[in-house]
Amino acid sequence: MSNLSFLPVLWPLFTGIILIFMAKKIKLQRWISVFSSLIGIALSSFLVFSVHSQGILTLGVGSWEAPFGIVIVADMLASLLVLTTNIIGLAILLHSFHSIGAEREANYYYPVFQFLLIGVNGSFLTGDLFNLFVFFEVMLMASYVLLVLGGTKIQLRESLKYIIVNVLSSSFFVIMVAYLYSILGTLNMAQISQRIAEVNQPAILTVIAIGFLIVFGLKGAIFPLFQWLPGSYYAPPIPVMALFGALLTKVGIYSIFRTYTLMFYHDQDFTHAILAWLAILTILIGAIGALAYWDVKKIIIYNIIIAVGVIIFGISVMNEQGLTGSILYIIHDMLIKAALFLLIGIMIKISCSDDLRNMGGLIKPYPALAWTFFIAALSLAGIPPFSGFAGKLLILQGAAQKGDYLGMAVVLLSSLIVLYSVMKIFMYGFWGTPKADYRLHGAAVHKMLIPAVILVAISILFGVGTESMYPFVSQAADTLLNPDIYIKAVLKE
Amino acid sequence: MELLLAIVIGILFMSATYLMLSKSILRIIIGTGLLSHGAHLLILTMGGLKAGSVPLLSDEAASYVDPLPQALILTAIVISFGVTSFLLVLAYRAYQELGTDDMEEMRGTKTNE
Repeated sequence: MSNLSFLPVLWPLFTGIILIFMAKKIKLQRWISVFSSLIGIALSSFLVFSVHSQGILTLGVGSWEAPFGIVIVADMLASLLVLTTNIIGLAILLHSFHSIGAEREANYYYPVFQFLLIGVNGSFLTGDLFNLFVFFEVMLMASYVLLVLGGTKIQLRESLKYIIVNVLSSSFFVIMVAYLYSILGTLNMAQISQRIAEVNQPAILTVIAIGFLIVFGLKGAIFPLFQWLPGSYYAPPIPVMALFGALLTKVGIYSIFRTYTLMFYHDQDFTHAILAWLAILTILIGAIGALAYWDVKKIIIYNIIIAVGVIIFGISVMNEQGLTGSILYIIHDMLIKAALFLLIGIMIKISCSDDLRNMGGLIKPYPALAWTFFIAALSLAGIPPFSGFAGKLLILQGAAQKGDYLGMAVVLLSSLIVLYSVMKIFMYGFWGTPKADYRLHGAAVHKMLIPAVILVAISILFGVGTESMYPFVSQAADTLLNPDIYIKAVLKE
Repeated sequence: MELLLAIVIGILFMSATYLMLSKSILRIIIGTGLLSHGAHLLILTMGGLKAGSVPLLSDEAASYVDPLPQALILTAIVISFGVTSFLLVLAYRAYQELGTDDMEEMRGTKTNE
C-alpha cells in the first residue's frame, strides 16, 4: 500500500480543478501550470526511485484489496513512462506560452492540458482492465477538446473523424472486456494473467487477444488501423500536435506491452508472429509516407508511425534484449518526437509555410535552431552517441537471437529512411537561399526554442548515459518477462 | 433469455454498422449510440442473467447475481452519454462552419481549409 503510486494522477487533477476557477487570469494559470508540472516531475522521479529500491508499489483504491477493488500498480515501466510524460508536459507547456495564442489560452487550454495528463498517467499506472478503459476515456475526452479548441475549419473536420474512430475503438474495448470477463470472471490484470496461465490460453482467449490488439492498435496507429492519424494530428496547433504525437500513440503501445507480456503470452507462435508482421508493415507504410511528403508536419507525423512499428517489433521479439530495447526506444521516441514537433513548429512560424519548397536558408539567421534540429534528427535516426541507438541495437540483437532476419533488415533500412526524411528537412529548410524575408525576431525564436533544447539535452543525456539508466530499464524488462513478479506484488501471495 | 439477448445485440450491432457506413454525420452518431447500447447489453449478458437475487446481503437468498457487470455498464453508459453529447454539439458546430453534414465532402483536401 503506497499512496505515492497514485499521486501522479491526483496531482494534475487537483491542478486542473484549481485552474478552471481562474479562467480569466492567464498569467496566474501559466505560473500554476509550470509549478504543478515541476511538482509532477519531482513526484514521478521519486516514484521511479522508490520502485527501484522497493520493487512494485501498489495501492488498493478505497482500501479494497486486490482482486476485489481497483488496484493501482506502479511497476518500473509505468513509472518511467510517467516520468517521461511529466517532463514532456513541462516542455510543451513552456512552448505553449509563446505559440498557442491568447484566444486558446483564455478558453481553458491549461486545465484541459492537465486533464490530458491525468488520463495518460492513469492509463500507465492502473492495474485493472476496466479502469484502463476509464482512463483512456479521460485522456480521449481531453484530447477531443484540445483537438477542436480554436474551432478552425480543418480542426472541426478532423476532430469529427478522430472522435468517431475513437468511439468505435472504445466500444470494441468494452466488448472485449465483456468477453474476457465472461471467461475469466475477473478484470484485475494480475488475476487475469494468473487465470490465463491456469487454463493455458485456449483458442477463445487468443481471439480476445487479437481483439485487444485491434483496440490498442487503433489508439497506437499500427498498420491497418493508422489511417486516421496523419489527418487528425495535422489539424491542431503545434503544441497540441507535439503532445498528441509524443504521448497518445504511446499509451496504445504501452497497453500492447501490458496485455501481450502479462496476459496473452502463451501462444506466441500465433499472437506475437502477427504482431511482428504488423510491425514490419507499419514500418514500411510509415517509411513510404515519410518519403512522399514535402510538408514538414506530415514528414514528422509519418515518422511517428515508423517508431510505433519499431517498438511493436521489439515487443513481438519477446526476449530480454527485445523488450529492454523497446522500453529504451519508447522513452527516447517520446522525448525526441516532442522536441522535433516543437522545432518544426518554430520553422513553420518563421517561414509562414509548412511546405519545404517554400523554406530555405534558415541556418544563417537562426543557427541555434538549426543545430538543435540537426542533433534531434541524428537522435531520431539512432546515430551512436545519441539516444535511440541503444534501443535499436538491443531490438536488433533480440531479433537476431530469435532469428527474425527479415524484421531486422526492415528495422535497419527504416533507420536510413528516417535519416533521409529528417535530413531532407534539414537540407531544404536550413541550407540554400532564403525563399522569403524572415522577419521573426531572434529573441522570440529563442523563447520558443528553450523547451525544445531542454528536451534534446535530456535525450542526449539519456543516450550518453544509457549505461546508468540500464538498471532501471532492465528492472522494467524483468517485470515484463516474469509476470510472476507482477502477480505476486499485486495479489500479495 | 441469453439467446434472445444475443440476437438483440446482434441486431443492434448490425444496425449500428449500417448507420455508421452512411455519409450523413447524424446517422453516424446514431450508429455509434446503437453500437454502445449493444456493447452495454453484451456486458450484462456476459455476466450471466437472472442467476440469483439482488446483490444485497440478506438471509433468504441462496445466491446473488454478479454486481460487477452492472457497475461496469453504469460507468460505460455515463462515458458514452458524455461522448455522444460532445459529438452532437461538435457535429452541429461543424455543420455551421463547413456548411455540410456529408462526410464525403469533409475529405482532407486543401479546398476545405
